[in-house]
Amino acid sequence: MNGDTDARLSANFRLLAESASTVAQDADLLFTAMLILCGVVALGVCIAVVFFAVRYRQGARVARGNVERHLGLELGWTLVPLALFIVLFAWGAHGFVRLYRVPPDALPVYVVAKQWMWKLQHRNGKREINELHVPLGQPVHLLMTSQDAIHSFYVPAFRLKQDLVPGRYTGLWFTATQLGEFRLFCAEYCGTEHSQMLGRVVVMNPGEYARWLGSGNEQPSLAQYGFARFRQLGCSGCHAAGSTVHAPALEGLIGRTVHLQDGRSLVADENYVRDAILLPKKDVVAGFEPVMPSFAGQVSEEDIQALIAYLRSTAQPAGAPR
Amino acid sequence: MNRAVAGPTPSPELGQLGMWIFLGTELLFFGGLLVAYLFGRVHWPQGFGAASRHTDVVLGTINTGVLLTSSAVVAFGLACTEHLAHRRWTGRLLWLTAALGMVFLAIKGIEYRKEWHEHLFPGPAFALADVGGAELFFWLYFVMTGLHALHLVIGISGVAALAWGAGRGRPWAAARHVEAMALYWHFVDVVWIFLYPLIYLVERHS
Amino acid sequence: MSYLEDGMTLRSWLTTTDHKRIAILYAISITAFFFVGGAAATLIRLELATPVGDLVSHETYNKLFTAHGVIMVWLFLIPSIPSVLGNFLIPLMIGARDLAFPRLNLLSWYLYMAGGLIILAALALGGVDTGWTFYTPYASMFSNSWVAVTLVGVFVTGFSSILTGLNFIVTIHMLRTPGMGWFKLPLFVWAHYATSVILVLATPVLAITALLVTAERLFQIGVFDPAHGGDPLLFQHLFWFYSHPAVYIMILPAMGVVSEIVPCFARKRIFGYRFMAYAILGIASIGFLVWGHHMFVAGQSLAASMVFSLLSFVVAIPSAIKVFNWTATLYKGSIRFDAPMLYALGFIGLFTIGGLTGLFLASLSLDVHLSDTYFVVSHFHYIMVGGSVMAYFGALHFWWPKVTGRMYSDIWARIAAVLIFLGFNFTFFPQYILGVQGMPRRYHAYPAEFQVLHLMSSAGAVVLALGYLLPLFYFAWSLRAGRAAADNPFDATGLEWQTASPPPTHNFDSPPSVPGQVYDYDPGRPVRAAP
Ligand code: HEA
Ligand code: HEA
Ligand code: HEC
Ligand code: CUA
Ligand SMILES: [Cu+2]
Repeated sequence: MNGDTDARLSANFRLLAESASTVAQDADLLFTAMLILCGVVALGVCIAVVFFAVRYRQGARVARGNVERHLGLELGWTLVPLALFIVLFAWGAHGFVRLYRVPPDALPVYVVAKQWMWKLQHRNGKREINELHVPLGQPVHLLMTSQDAIHSFYVPAFRLKQDLVPGRYTGLWFTATQLGEFRLFCAEYCGTEHSQMLGRVVVMNPGEYARWLGSGNEQPSLAQYGFARFRQLGCSGCHAAGSTVHAPALEGLIGRTVHLQDGRSLVADENYVRDAILLPKKDVVAGFEPVMPSFAGQVSEEDIQALIAYLRSTAQPAGAPR
Repeated sequence: MNRAVAGPTPSPELGQLGMWIFLGTELLFFGGLLVAYLFGRVHWPQGFGAASRHTDVVLGTINTGVLLTSSAVVAFGLACTEHLAHRRWTGRLLWLTAALGMVFLAIKGIEYRKEWHEHLFPGPAFALADVGGAELFFWLYFVMTGLHALHLVIGISGVAALAWGAGRGRPWAAARHVEAMALYWHFVDVVWIFLYPLIYLVERHS
Repeated sequence: MSYLEDGMTLRSWLTTTDHKRIAILYAISITAFFFVGGAAATLIRLELATPVGDLVSHETYNKLFTAHGVIMVWLFLIPSIPSVLGNFLIPLMIGARDLAFPRLNLLSWYLYMAGGLIILAALALGGVDTGWTFYTPYASMFSNSWVAVTLVGVFVTGFSSILTGLNFIVTIHMLRTPGMGWFKLPLFVWAHYATSVILVLATPVLAITALLVTAERLFQIGVFDPAHGGDPLLFQHLFWFYSHPAVYIMILPAMGVVSEIVPCFARKRIFGYRFMAYAILGIASIGFLVWGHHMFVAGQSLAASMVFSLLSFVVAIPSAIKVFNWTATLYKGSIRFDAPMLYALGFIGLFTIGGLTGLFLASLSLDVHLSDTYFVVSHFHYIMVGGSVMAYFGALHFWWPKVTGRMYSDIWARIAAVLIFLGFNFTFFPQYILGVQGMPRRYHAYPAEFQVLHLMSSAGAVVLALGYLLPLFYFAWSLRAGRAAADNPFDATGLEWQTASPPPTHNFDSPPSVPGQVYDYDPGRPVRAAP
């Protein structure tokens, strides 16, 4: 990140971080509620302690004496917090569940973290490093993985954070509600330069964003690139329609239910495709021989994401669910 | 040092309770490994099945028998401490227990040797390298059986020492120590009872 | 003859099986480790005074907070109250002559020292840079540091913990003096009983996990490393299965201490004794079921996160009971403000704040924002330093006369207590705000907008350090020139006060008499003149 942006971001300093996503407001509301409740409780306890300490100090003229058991009181301060806690839990859980419901029209962005940088790719093939441009008011879905250690994608202004775990995909979605630049941190310790793994998220007007996305992009789209890789790597040799090898057709695979040889069945998602490419012996499709070789070492994380983008693009039209 | 004054009065339950708690600890120690195994089993059902088929179920079953017998023998040994008339049997039975433990180790050794020749030790020459998860299975196999064997070695030394002491009527080979030792021996046995199906019987049916 | 005079040679100390002497051995070694860990903290705070990472390099910084965390957790806080005060006091409190297995007790200390020295050796040889959590695959694949050696050290200290826990459980079960029923036990003993159960059941999981990571590092066995088909989250599950219960290992004994000090200086029976005892058991048992709250953003399943969040709230209930009962104990008491009481009152306030911020972290949608920020750092320092360390110091002051047979300067002790309280808040309160603003933890350099608060924190740390240095001086002075202490200088009720100060080797010259009721204080009864 250059010094210029840094100065600009630092100038935006607020006591409480600004809130720039749709989930941020909800999180802040819960935060405020908890702050008030816990503040009252903490203050109450502290005031009671100080008050008793002063009032019943040794030598003061007050009535003293041991107090008998008071079951009502004890049950009261067990059950009232319990009730409050259940409310707080439900509130927090409510906001959390939302993070798992990705809107179907979310703009996909593919993220690969490595020591110590962020690599991002847009659907049209445009790549970025340590910067993410997104349009205002439109849901964005990050499909993320890591190439080495665990990292964590953290945008304080969005109140969002998600670890990137090697060997699997994790997702994160948000809708930005404010124009401007926001800090991106790596929040999971990942080695020597963990504290330098910084970036920024730039929120733009949709029109501007479209212009930015189109400009200077000579790259083929991610799906096209994926298709090219699909042929170069020889996937099509087996998986293409006319192939002599008995291999499953991959069109529209993602989102479909797959039956496996050992009797299990599952819904194919990005993690499943990833494993199919790198660890083909793990889940063998029912009715096929496990002849597919592992491509570990031959494909990069970016390649896999491109292959996924390609497979996604082959989904049957007619509004098939993704 | 006047340890005699400072020390608590020894009571038989003391050592026994201590041993129970220690065994609780051990259970969770092996528990961690079982969780790792469970993880592998869920993620590599076929690899684990295939790898398991390369273990020697005959030797494993014989060993299970040997260990169960030894557990029975040590229980008899303990029972014999209760009657003065039977006490000389305690030492003999304990020797037998230790010997059965040695037999177990010997058979385990034969098994390891066989696996070495079949290239089942994880590493560059691993025989099942193309079966996903098989290597992990064998890692866990060697770690778990190795740790079990280590426990057995400790058990054998303890039992042998008690056998020797009991034969000579040493005070430290008293019944309460035999009892604690027997508890330990049963535990090592129980661990094996858990390991046996996990190692040898996964997907044997196919 | 007191236990201190029973053999004056170094050898008599290093081969002792007297629980009181072993406690002293622990006290000395733990204090040393505390200052090593504190020195690392001092360097961390110095580095963070400015946003640019100029004082030490990235690598050194990472090694510093790892060393700080590892030493403070495993070599200082986990053994602090149990191994020093628990060791010394449990037999006295239940009227026993020693722990159940005196030689095992000594072995624990040697294991602890061996583990500690292995860890120190790893640090001296080049350090570790994984953080105290050793997350895989960084720790198993990418770190070029002394991970394996450190883990072996942790493994060895773990066995020391297990043996101590085992010893305590057997002792509390079997060696209570006649008449000492379960509901006549001081809460200090209850707390140590629960702590020991956790030690015995959770620590072996840490041991096997350390073993697996070491094996993974040396042979790539593929349990945790995705490149070999393993699962990095498996490590986190195993680690937190130990480490969450471990935080209760660190707080329960502190709660036990406060439950002794507060009634004594309020001259009042503890309010709701039975609830307090059940709360201890509740914390210890539910504490085993909440480990996943450290993994809300790590990619565990939604359902798992929900369950762990709910249980995290539930485990706070017994803590609430304890806080309210301590407060209620003050009501209608006759309160004196000796140094131990100042520490105990400080504990109540700071633990409450630390615990309440734990609730923020347990709320799913808030943890998404706050996880791995300074909010978490502040949360656990409020509990571990503001809570447990405060209580440890309170306990040192409370039982110092019993342990050494001498009094310390009460004025200086109060000054230190106030200094520590102020310095502590000054150091760690700004970190809450930093966390809310989004400052991630384990950062060597940071954006400029965070500097003001970081600087405040660093300044506070100086005050705090001074506060921690003071007791060194007046305790040393007390040993040399302090007034001789009476058997029961604070007019307290526990059995430990019925014997001489310092106690004789075999603890009691005549069998202690168990009072009809535990904490038999009466605020109306005049106190013997203050010492
Ligand atoms: C002694 C140590 C200790 C203790 C006792 C606790 C106690 C608690 N902790 Fe904490 N915690 C740590 C040490 C400790 N913690 C450490 C070291 C970490 C970080 C590890 C790392 O990543 O390095 C951590 C991290 C941590 C996290 C993970 C944060 C993250 O990384 O994302 C969470 C999340 O739920 C959490 C929650 C809690 C809760 C709910 C309690 C509860 O038990 C607290 C209960 C107490 C109270 C709640 C206060 C008293 C109650 C009242 C006065 C009741 C009245 C209140 C109302 C009615 C509102 N802790
Ligand atoms: C029991 C546990 C314990 C204790 C007592 C402390 C005590 C302190 N800790 Fe903490 N701390 C942890 C446990 C503890 N800590 C853990 C587990 C972590 C996480 C590590 C990780 O992320 O992996 C952590 C992390 C941590 C961080 C975050 C680092 C980061 O994320 O980048 C910071 C920063 O301020 C900090 C500060 C302090 C301070 C100022 C003290 C003070 O209270 C210390 C005061 C004591 C002294 C100051 C001693 C006095 C000694 C002297 C005055 C001698 C000075 C000599 C020289 C400098 C040569 N600690
Ligand atoms: C040698 C032939 C061969 C090659 C080359 C090959 N595959 Fe496969 N693939 C198979 C067979 C056979 C199966 C079914 C058995 C199984 O699941 O292992 C399969 C299964 C799959 C599946 C799971 C399909 C489903 O319906 O669930 C995916 C996804 C996949 N392959 C993707 C790829 C990609 C991407 C490549 C190239 C990088 C590739 N394959 C290369 C033969 C091949
Ligand atoms: Cu990447 Cu920290
Ligand atoms: Cu926790």
